[in-house]
Amino acid sequence: MNSGDPRNVPRREAARLVAGKGRYTDDIDAGDVGHIAFVRSPYPHARIDRMNCDAARVAPGVIAVITADDLSAVCKPWETRLALLPTHLSPEQIPLARDEACWQGEAVVAIVAKTRAQAEDACERVEIDWTELPAIADLDSAAAEDAPPVKSGMPNNLGLDHGISTGDPDAAFRDAAAVVEHDFTFSRQTGVTLEPRTILASFDPRVRELVVQHSHQAPHQMREVFSAQLGLPLSAVRVVAPDVGGAFGMKLCAYPDEMAVAAIAVLLGRPVKFCADRLESFVSDNHAREARVRGRLAVDTDGKLLAMDVAVLSGFGAYASHPRGSAGEGLQAVHMIAAPYQLAHYRGRVRGYFQNKVPSGILRAVGQPLACTVTEQLLDLAARKIGLDPADFRRRNYTDADDKPARSAAGIVLSQLSLRRCHDRLLALMNYDGLRRRQTELRKEKCYRGIGFAAFIEQTGVGPQLYGPQNVRVSAQEACRLTVEADGRVRCATSVTDQGQGTRTGLLQILAQELGVAPDTIEIVTGDTQVTPLGGGAWASRGVALGGEATLRAARRLKSNVLTIAGSLLQADPASLQLQGGVVCNAAGLAQMSLADIATTVGFRSHLIPLDDIPDLEVVESFAPRNTPYIAANGIQAAHVEVDPELGTIRVLDFWVVDDCGRVINPMLVDEQIRGGVVQGIGAALYEQCIYGADGQLENGSLADYLVPMAGEMPDIRIAHVETPTAMTTLGARGVGEAGTVGAAAAIWTAVNDALVPLGATVTEQPFTPEHVLDRLALAGDQPRPT
Amino acid sequence: MKAPIFTYRRPDDLDGALALLADHAGEAQVLAGGQSLMPTLNMRLSSPGMLVDINRIASLRGIADRGEAIRVGALVRHAEVAESSLMAARIPLIALAMPHVAHMAVRNRGTTCGSLALADPSAEMPAVAVALDARIVLNKRGATRTVSARAFFQGLYQTARDDDEMITEILFPVARKNQIFGFAELSRRHGDFATVGVAVRARHIVGALDDLSVVFFGSEPAPLLSPGARDIILAADCTDTTLADAARAMTADMEPMDNQQGRGETKRKQAAVLLQRTLRDMLGRARIRSSDV
Amino acid sequence: MSERHSITLTLNGTVISAKVDARTHLADFLRQHLRLTGTHIGCEHGVCGACNVMLDGRSARSCLMLAVQADGAVIETVEGLTASGIIADLQQEFVARNALQCGYCTPGILMTATELLSRTQPNRAEIRDALSGNYCRCTGYHAIVDAIEAIATRRAEAAS
Repeated sequence: MNSGDPRNVPRREAARLVAGKGRYTDDIDAGDVGHIAFVRSPYPHARIDRMNCDAARVAPGVIAVITADDLSAVCKPWETRLALLPTHLSPEQIPLARDEACWQGEAVVAIVAKTRAQAEDACERVEIDWTELPAIADLDSAAAEDAPPVKSGMPNNLGLDHGISTGDPDAAFRDAAAVVEHDFTFSRQTGVTLEPRTILASFDPRVRELVVQHSHQAPHQMREVFSAQLGLPLSAVRVVAPDVGGAFGMKLCAYPDEMAVAAIAVLLGRPVKFCADRLESFVSDNHAREARVRGRLAVDTDGKLLAMDVAVLSGFGAYASHPRGSAGEGLQAVHMIAAPYQLAHYRGRVRGYFQNKVPSGILRAVGQPLACTVTEQLLDLAARKIGLDPADFRRRNYTDADDKPARSAAGIVLSQLSLRRCHDRLLALMNYDGLRRRQTELRKEKCYRGIGFAAFIEQTGVGPQLYGPQNVRVSAQEACRLTVEADGRVRCATSVTDQGQGTRTGLLQILAQELGVAPDTIEIVTGDTQVTPLGGGAWASRGVALGGEATLRAARRLKSNVLTIAGSLLQADPASLQLQGGVVCNAAGLAQMSLADIATTVGFRSHLIPLDDIPDLEVVESFAPRNTPYIAANGIQAAHVEVDPELGTIRVLDFWVVDDCGRVINPMLVDEQIRGGVVQGIGAALYEQCIYGADGQLENGSLADYLVPMAGEMPDIRIAHVETPTAMTTLGARGVGEAGTVGAAAAIWTAVNDALVPLGATVTEQPFTPEHVLDRLALAGDQPRPT
Repeated sequence: MKAPIFTYRRPDDLDGALALLADHAGEAQVLAGGQSLMPTLNMRLSSPGMLVDINRIASLRGIADRGEAIRVGALVRHAEVAESSLMAARIPLIALAMPHVAHMAVRNRGTTCGSLALADPSAEMPAVAVALDARIVLNKRGATRTVSARAFFQGLYQTARDDDEMITEILFPVARKNQIFGFAELSRRHGDFATVGVAVRARHIVGALDDLSVVFFGSEPAPLLSPGARDIILAADCTDTTLADAARAMTADMEPMDNQQGRGETKRKQAAVLLQRTLRDMLGRARIRSSDV
Repeated sequence: MSERHSITLTLNGTVISAKVDARTHLADFLRQHLRLTGTHIGCEHGVCGACNVMLDGRSARSCLMLAVQADGAVIETVEGLTASGIIADLQQEFVARNALQCGYCTPGILMTATELLSRTQPNRAEIRDALSGNYCRCTGYHAIVDAIEAIATRRAEAAS
């Protein structure tokens, strides 16, 4: 903690949360609420032949038993379409499966009862006759020519086939001094937010208004979705995200079972609630990351990168995630390749397949960790092949986007980067030379330590160019409505949402500084579509980068309005006045009138103001990057690990990150964002995996069996910053929410494989289970050692 | 998920509990610490008609010195065992194993006897009980019997306990002066159940260890006492090769399961490594001890 | 129908009586019957630690205990510990160091820390070891370890 840094303002809500006064969706007292439990498909793919709910209907406490047919009266079917990717089209969906279930965990029947326990009791009384259908689980089966479709009627399972090519990669590979290649398997992961998905929906049939309390990142998006599917005008739908117990992209989609809850509220005209329990979270929360990648890299004798060729197979699950689709992971995996490096020749191709598994969707850093891992691992292999130190090799190849904008070989827009500065800072921070010396000494004692790097680009503050052209109704702007209340306090209603990142505090700091008022006179309101202006919410690391810019602009306009009014009241030139601590001061610095005085005058005695047009004390500003698709941030991470080659275990000893997210508003909050992201990346590399049998059954769907990173195994993580404010905004902040996750798994990959160098082995499949490590060592032992 | 409906009874004495178990055999389940039973209820993986909560039965409490053995009652929590200076002094293997058992809040509630009754193959205490040849006291209405831990565990979640019986206490034999112990396990994360583990008891004779009790757990359906270990004598100055050969010989007795933690054959290799390291550590400690004498 | 039992317990310093379903676990009883929503439910199988409460002075998973078993017990939740002020230093340190993000895990972690600090002055490794039964998805744990370590030091200094 930089305790001396005045920017390290603690979060106001933290004091409430540590006292147990969080107000998460399930904490809201909704009175006589119906609790919903779902009967879910036990099969990955099966036809529903017959369903009998009679016994469930008469079970104690049951209010209603709801099937697909019941909901068709109030909820329209939907299709997830991306205009520019017409093949990424999954079959029409409805909230509850009607004739066919396409993944184990798909909701089929909803029971509404007085208690959750009673709803579950009734679930056990629902009789369904199933006929199992062929299930597609792994990627090869999905891609096979004669593969049965994931859902009846689909022409095939291919949901994405996208390629990019730059330069002449074939020629570059042909002429290269050295070529390396590697295979990568990325296991399915899932978000595992500690607060499971929760939704509480109330519908008042008298006025036909729907209010949804929703543990979600993007309430405005959900208002769009509920409005469209339930046939209600936008103005009749209010979505409120109260405190949210973790989201990480998992709470960014419109889940069919949550759509069912809103539809049931409309159908029954009473409040209903669904809290996913942990077991159903594993089979209904979006999964992510599943991919297989083959990558090749060509370099010349001077240690310059020449060409890369990357082929990605991506797994989607049963349906495209609504409304954003499931293509992002695979697309990012090919487009973010080599983003931090100069590279002239590149070919990338991604094919994605539907499978009879839980739908895949967004998870923190979408695809970027895959691209970073492939790039960084190939770089290490190449450095080793031509005898260069991996750190030095990276430094020679960083892209030149410090002073002039650039595009990566795969088309990523870069500007004002600081990779070399971050790099140099990192090496000093970690005492790189000392670590290498120690590594060499310890190898003599058969202690195998590895040092791994991951330089990264993080796409932050993504604007309308991503979803706009795809015709996906997701707002990419962030907006801020500032109001001076009559008591002189300032109310900021922002479209940005905060699930603990600390965005509210960042905005508060920006406001206090720009406006010249005390922080404790500002209220920040988030997450309520009725109150906050239209905007994205929380996705693609946008809170401070975009929401902060909107806030800054609103603050400047509001301040100008305040001073204009004050100038007229004081008969002074507004330019000579200052707002300090909520008080207007004259050129001599003497206090003249408070913000409360001005607001009171405007609100109740405006006849005293000698202006024809009195400027508003409520202003709205929005911001979206329109000339650039996103604001790239950059940084570098390093991991230090020890591998036990006899047991196959890996210990993470140290971890470092140097990040440049532009102007840092609150280093303390930024640091913990990065650390949290790093730990999720370490989790991916070492622990997390949705294990599916060949039959499509999830075999480890509990928190005891799906291994998340815990404190005992995690290292201390040291963070340093390079601050290069972006010129794309006045504020200068870039995003940081995904930085840790973009690079951490890659740093573990390169570190583990560095440790294994003397043993001639490489790992290829994350998570690196002890068995995978031992298998790879055994394989290396069977083969001649590289000389 | 929420637990299914059941009847809850909380007898004040052992006879009351045994009567309920006798009258509702097959239906009734004992609730002690609940740290394994409650999750199965909350997942609706089990649906006993009746829970017999034994937490009010005073006679089941307490750790007691019985001379040749230490008695651990059915209500003794893992935390109590871990904090007992008597246990630490007299039964060193438990002190070695206890840091691997679950997490603080779970150790505060979970009982040692409950762990044995459940017979989770990855749990530490059953392996310790087998290594020490502890005696497990089983009561039912009108009858008491004592079963050796080595006969108690019969397979995956299978024990010698009948439905109408409950474990009332375990008797852990105290360490003899010339005994030495080792314990190691491989788990993915701290406090997780073991992928594979070893618990070892040996006799320390001049310049060697013999009378080895080597128990493999985690990898097996039930704690496995290596039959080959008994005949192995390890010289204090034995080479790594000798030790590796001995470890390999003992792991040949294993029948490790394939599961999410890995293939059985992988676990056999890992067990050999754990065992070799454990034995090396024990030999080191034995040497220190002999130099003390 | 689930049978109901009468219980009397000391909750956050006050003796209360209630009727509970046999199958209701303590976490649901606290949250739904008593509206003490500071105790959170994260898994209901005893892994995540979000539901930890203090039971007779020690941390325990409230999802792995029936409400009826709380009869006669002394239970403290985050609301009670907050009101009594006995962990105010720890809570302030969590805030000052941002040792929480979404805050969902925090009450459970405070229980673990409360018990740990009541027994010993732990070092970082011991703190991480004790926290191994509490899942936090947001923070990366580092700041949580920092905060507990700082209070361990401060309390030891105050005691000496």
